[in-house]
Amino acid sequence: MSRLVYIVPLALFAFFAGLAGYMLTQDKDENVPSQMIEQPLPDFALPPALDGMPGASRGDFIGGEPRLLNIWASWCLPCIAEAPQLEALSERGVEIIGVAIRDRPEAVEDFLSRYGNPYTRIGADDISELMLEIGASGVPETYVIDAQGNIRYQHIGDVRASDVPLLLEKLEDARL
Amino acid sequence: MRWLAAIVAIIGVLTLPSVAAPLSAQQSMPPAPYAYTQLDDPALEEEASALMETLRCLKCQSQSIADSDAPMAGDMRHQVRSRLLAGESPTEIRSWLVRRYGDYVSYQPEMSASTWPLFAIPIGLLAIVAIVLLRRLGSRRSDSGAGRETR
Repeated sequence: MSRLVYIVPLALFAFFAGLAGYMLTQDKDENVPSQMIEQPLPDFALPPALDGMPGASRGDFIGGEPRLLNIWASWCLPCIAEAPQLEALSERGVEIIGVAIRDRPEAVEDFLSRYGNPYTRIGADDISELMLEIGASGVPETYVIDAQGNIRYQHIGDVRASDVPLLLEKLEDARL
Repeated sequence: MRWLAAIVAIIGVLTLPSVAAPLSAQQSMPPAPYAYTQLDDPALEEEASALMETLRCLKCQSQSIADSDAPMAGDMRHQVRSRLLAGESPTEIRSWLVRRYGDYVSYQPEMSASTWPLFAIPIGLLAIVAIVLLRRLGSRRSDSGAGRETR
């Protein structure tokens, strides 16, 4: 009994120290997933982000094939990294509707001329309204929206080449 | 002390360009109307700041949106203030955000299927302590009282 008095606290300490040491070696997932998956896309209507291209609204996602909603900004560096992958997706016939966060028309135009324009429409969201409505916590994020206007899948962060097959698969699933 | 100043200067020079570039780009847009502007009604503004102090900034996750200077926190403050102004209650605004980001966005503890042990365990421990204390005190009282109470 008297020995237990020493062993139990020591064992507890060793357990928590071990747990802390183990947790330090684990990667921390700082992404905040949206709770809006499998929910209808909220109603919105955003003005065009630049001259010569249409803006974006909920109605643009209804009917036809599933589409991608890409939340991005010209000031966002990972958005440059994902540009080739979006280009590849649009070449495969995927319609990508963009929403530019807190962006200026000149900056958007400059970005598109440098890194390509995979978008059919780009809406301007100057106060992150749509971003907050769909539960996005940063740029870039990419959502699969089915033809009935439901959010089916969320990709957080830049789209890497290795993410393209999964996105195509999710777009295929969204046809059902 | 001179080496300390040198280190500070070096750190300053190293971090300055990397921090300044994205900041200046993001700040090229004016902030949302109610990001930095208080509401005219002091009572409503008090409700707004109480709410903003208990909502998590999603860009800088250990800060509340009241404390954070991130552009997204400003946009969240704008939502809080403009929704209060439109007549929504703080509870409605909090649950509007929780429906989008989950409990993580709220700093206000909520009892739910996964969090109830956090509330139940301390109460359970206090109950055990109370039982042990009562037993010990009770047995001591009856021991000492045994002699006196035999009249």
